[in-house]
Amino acid sequence: MLEIRHLVKCFGPLVAVDDVSFTVSQGEALGFLGPNGAGKSTTMKMITGFLAPSSGTAIICGCDIATQPVAAKKHIGYLPEGAPAYPDMTPGDFLDFIAHIRGFSGGEAKRRIGRVVEMIKIAEVMHQPIETLSKGYRRRVGVAQALLHDPDVLILDEPTDGLDPNQKYEMRKIITAMRPEKAIIISTHLLEEVEAVCSRAIIIARGRVLADGTPTELAERSRHHNAVRVSMAGGVDPNIRAEMAALPGVAAVEPVSDSEGDGLIVFPRGGRPVVAEIADLARGRGWTITSLRVERGRLDDVFREITAAQPEPSPIAAAA
Amino acid sequence: MRNILTIFRRELAGYFATPLAYVFIVIFLVMAGILTFFVGNFFERGQADLQPFFTFHPWLYVVLIPALSMRLWAEERRSGTIELFLTLPIRMTEAVVGKFLAAWCFAGIALALTFPFWITVNYLGRPDNGVILASYIASWLMAGAVLAVGACISAMTKNQVIAFVVTAALVFVLTVSGSPILLGLFQGWAPEWLIRGVTQMSFLGHFSAITRGVIDTRDLVYFLSVMIAFLGANAILVDLEKAE
Repeated sequence: MLEIRHLVKCFGPLVAVDDVSFTVSQGEALGFLGPNGAGKSTTMKMITGFLAPSSGTAIICGCDIATQPVAAKKHIGYLPEGAPAYPDMTPGDFLDFIAHIRGFSGGEAKRRIGRVVEMIKIAEVMHQPIETLSKGYRRRVGVAQALLHDPDVLILDEPTDGLDPNQKYEMRKIITAMRPEKAIIISTHLLEEVEAVCSRAIIIARGRVLADGTPTELAERSRHHNAVRVSMAGGVDPNIRAEMAALPGVAAVEPVSDSEGDGLIVFPRGGRPVVAEIADLARGRGWTITSLRVERGRLDDVFREITAAQPEPSPIAAAA
Repeated sequence: MRNILTIFRRELAGYFATPLAYVFIVIFLVMAGILTFFVGNFFERGQADLQPFFTFHPWLYVVLIPALSMRLWAEERRSGTIELFLTLPIRMTEAVVGKFLAAWCFAGIALALTFPFWITVNYLGRPDNGVILASYIASWLMAGAVLAVGACISAMTKNQVIAFVVTAALVFVLTVSGSPILLGLFQGWAPEWLIRGVTQMSFLGHFSAITRGVIDTRDLVYFLSVMIAFLGANAILVDLEKAE
């Protein structure tokens, strides 16, 4: 449904987006991850036709955004960064305006507005000027606007920013419910959000795509993938740590102290499961294990590793 | 066309959603009144016409119309709504024309609300209502031209104050370009055709021509082409500057 072909955007000498290509098909929700200034928003602005790419293009449901902008934009629902909306309008008037621009009028407009208002739960603020609304409500009005025409392609730039945990949960539920019929791109820097709603994630830094895969695949790249967290009665003594480190499948053992108390994290060699070896060892030595947990891997580790490997963006890039 | 109408309606409602519309209309009417009665000596002249009223319109517009036009694009750019607006399925021309027509229509409403002057002069005597109608048309055309200049300038900045000041200055120059103040700068060195060209560019010259009661095609074409030219530039500038 959405095909991004070699998008490049230069601002003067700065290359903000450098040859980004990917496709998103129906039923997919793509998490767009990257540090601030990585080029996420710039890429989204090009896909939605706000910025003209320096080269490359985006095809939305068969319409080229460069040559058929109006037709392409009809297929897109877009929540721009910061969820801008006209501050002196009420959500009611604002959604009515969007409905008319999207080609709905009369009963059809009313029906569609009613549907999104109920879905996004903004009925109680429909008659207050948008400038008086809380950040969470403004964000929701922005999302309602993007969903009004039931678009095939949904592009959301930080849809849950400013929402409280309950609202975040609701928003993720809405996005997940819509996923089967749509192609969705969500930019975020909340990694738990990617795990919660995205079927695929792309990590981008300094304008380049550095990783592309399902959240699970990406998490498997983490050194925490298949690592085992062990707690023992009576704490951990150095001998136990040494014995565990000596196991053939173990790469390293590190002490941890977290909300679960003191314990050890055993990192496996090459990401292979190592829990059985540890259990056998503990049984043989008669250690009393109070908890034993295999970790799936941490997306934030992978994110840090991948993006930190890149040199820091220059001050100009950060400002842009 | 439908989109133009939708944008037009939103923009026009936008003027009335804030105190701007009411402040503008009140100040416009009060200033028009003061200029007509005190500076223009409406009663002392003893003539049943609205000439003292219309004479001051160009100068009122230099100060007041930039206040209407300054927010057109600068506000959208500052608040980020331009990104929302221009990713809707509309053409740039629809956006530019819809916004401009709303502002022009608002200026027309303010102008129409000066009707008590017309009633007064008709009560006091028997004016030539044809001339008055032509003058109203001239005034509205001039307001449109000033708004087009202002819309264009507004597209170049995020800052409404800058938009206001630059528009007022540019409109002032365009207004006086036929007057002795500016022509004095050219006299003595500039060739005849340049001086004539500058004179021809003047808002004031074309405005006064129509207020005499004759709507000449040349004056009409002049104002319409000023509007089209500046709105065309407006569309290009929005496209170029929107990302800044």
